[in-house]
Amino acid sequence: MALIEASHLYRTFGTNVAVNDVNLSVQAGEIYGLVGSDGAGKTTTLRLLVGALRPDQGEICICGFDIQKHTEQARGKIGYLSQRFSLYEDLTVLENIRFFAEVRGIQTNEWKPRCLELLRFVGLEEFSARKAGQLSGGMKQKLGLASALVTQPQILLLDEPTTGVDPVTRQDFWQLIIRIVAKEGMAVILTTPYMDEAARCNRLGFMRSGRIIAEGAPSQLRAKLEGRIIEVQSSAPLKMLEEVSQIPGVEDARAFGDKLHLRSTSGKTEDIIDSLMKHTPGDSGNIHSARVIPPTLEDVFISLSNHPTENGEHYA
Amino acid sequence: MNSRLRSIIRKEFIQIVRDKRALAIILIIPIMQLFLLGYAATNDVRNIPLAVYDQCRCAESRALLDAYRAADYFRLAYSVSSEDEIQLLIEQGKARAAIIIPPDYNTRLAKGDAQAAFILDGSDPTSASTAYSAAILIGQSQATKLMVEKLQRTGLNIDKLQPPLEIRTQVWYNPDLVSNYFMIPGVIGMILFAITSILTATSVVRERERGTIEQLIVTPIRPWELVVGKVLPYVILAFINTFEVLAIGYLWFGVPIRGSLGLIIGASGLLLLSGLGIGLFASTMANTQQEAMLTVWMTLLPSIFLSGFFFPLEAMPAVLRWISNIIPLRYYLVIIRSVMLKGSSLESVWKECLALLVFGTLILLFASLRFRKRLD
Repeated sequence: MALIEASHLYRTFGTNVAVNDVNLSVQAGEIYGLVGSDGAGKTTTLRLLVGALRPDQGEICICGFDIQKHTEQARGKIGYLSQRFSLYEDLTVLENIRFFAEVRGIQTNEWKPRCLELLRFVGLEEFSARKAGQLSGGMKQKLGLASALVTQPQILLLDEPTTGVDPVTRQDFWQLIIRIVAKEGMAVILTTPYMDEAARCNRLGFMRSGRIIAEGAPSQLRAKLEGRIIEVQSSAPLKMLEEVSQIPGVEDARAFGDKLHLRSTSGKTEDIIDSLMKHTPGDSGNIHSARVIPPTLEDVFISLSNHPTENGEHYA
Repeated sequence: MNSRLRSIIRKEFIQIVRDKRALAIILIIPIMQLFLLGYAATNDVRNIPLAVYDQCRCAESRALLDAYRAADYFRLAYSVSSEDEIQLLIEQGKARAAIIIPPDYNTRLAKGDAQAAFILDGSDPTSASTAYSAAILIGQSQATKLMVEKLQRTGLNIDKLQPPLEIRTQVWYNPDLVSNYFMIPGVIGMILFAITSILTATSVVRERERGTIEQLIVTPIRPWELVVGKVLPYVILAFINTFEVLAIGYLWFGVPIRGSLGLIIGASGLLLLSGLGIGLFASTMANTQQEAMLTVWMTLLPSIFLSGFFFPLEAMPAVLRWISNIIPLRYYLVIIRSVMLKGSSLESVWKECLALLVFGTLILLFASLRFRKRLD
């Protein structure tokens, strides 16, 4: 049974449709990533799932509890880490985690060992007397994670948990999440702007304008672009960008560092490579090589961001 | 008490105690306000600077001036020798009143139709009206004294000359008409009301402003627990303030506490319902602490001016008097002034207590209905 079941969620703010017919189903032990541009509706979706906002339409079941009817029972199963640091900066690390432990029903005599264990788990034990406002960005997120985990929830909702966190700490953070999911068999939904993080998820949902327009394992999503990404090495890639994007069959051309990535329309890859090889060196420099490469999630992200999939046409 | 509520209260107390500056302000503001209002906002007019233009310079005119000097309403500040000088002194604000004694004062006094002119600066009506009554009273008593002397000289037995009517005034509760007696009980009411409404509003909005509400929302805390847990510490602070003001009023300013302390505390508790309700209501309207403060101020201003705190309700136009009926502070001021000064018991102020209870409950109920534990 899925721990998180959401069907046909709608939510508007004024005239802006923030969430438009979203369906989600996440199993125990699964890490589900919601990706998409800013304003695609990721945060609103998480807030609906946790009951911080009411959906205009749709149903949400958390571990079998309807979030609208049995709000508190459902919330009791959820650990939530919001995008903005939302613990008390004037309380210490231990006071914060104690407060959230107690208001969530952990008995007075139980909170301390549990909190200390979690602080040890996230590596904040030695900072337990420090005020939360004096922690670094990464430590704040770890404290947030520890607070979210204090009631041993079955569901973890993380809204951009690693935004603004340095790469080493991001790595730590992911190790923590993977360990806790493996150990407790939780269902996790997280949002992230980083494609390397998206690649670590079991399943991804790509959101645009409030809809999930593509869903699947990272490898499945990448497979849709298999054979359609061409890497071009040239002497002056930026000068050449305009010229190569005019080649028939090229959907998109972008600079990736010192190389160019072209995306071809299905079946046109060979033709494009042919015309690239025939390219005469000129003002825009000369082409050293052109070859088909395996698509990255970033290619998928870009393709989905400007793919004309309106009116419910599904990509995957 | 349930454990969630206890945790919220403990958390709120830690935050209050840790914000040393805010705590100091909360504890010091009432004392400052009390001293400011106790000393500055007084209607007791004393030592009005008086300019004297004595054209007669005789024993009789000196006797009249002595009579003015004897009462401490006036201070003979300037002695001038022309009417122009009087005008200048009053325009400059150096003198607030002037007396002109004509050159023939003594001769006309002997004839029985002497006159002296008294000029008042009416630009400040409060002190002018006090000075006006004082000037007339002093003049009349001097006239009576002179008349008695004259009659005695004619050998008449004045004992037979009692006036046929005499009004004997008696001022109860505040025989010296000290305005502090009126002001200080008012300050208690204003501070209780302002502190609870402002602190309730800002402490609830702070959670929203700093984003901590998002984490609170997903806990099983019930909305009423959040409200009660957040405001209870401030209620305690407000009561500490009440005792501060009562103690300073009693010990320093000598304001009597004639009625029961229990009744004062009980009525204060009833007033707090309204303060909390308005604070909570403002918190549902505001997204930042500034907005919350401004919203509360919008209700505080009419409360201060239409409650009879500064100005008597009887002096207001009918519309404002009518509006004052829906201002909770108005009822509290009636209660606390009666209880402190007159020693009134519940029997004489139960109507006002009931009004506080009804208004407080309604406001709090209305605000609670608006209060949502959600982001939208």
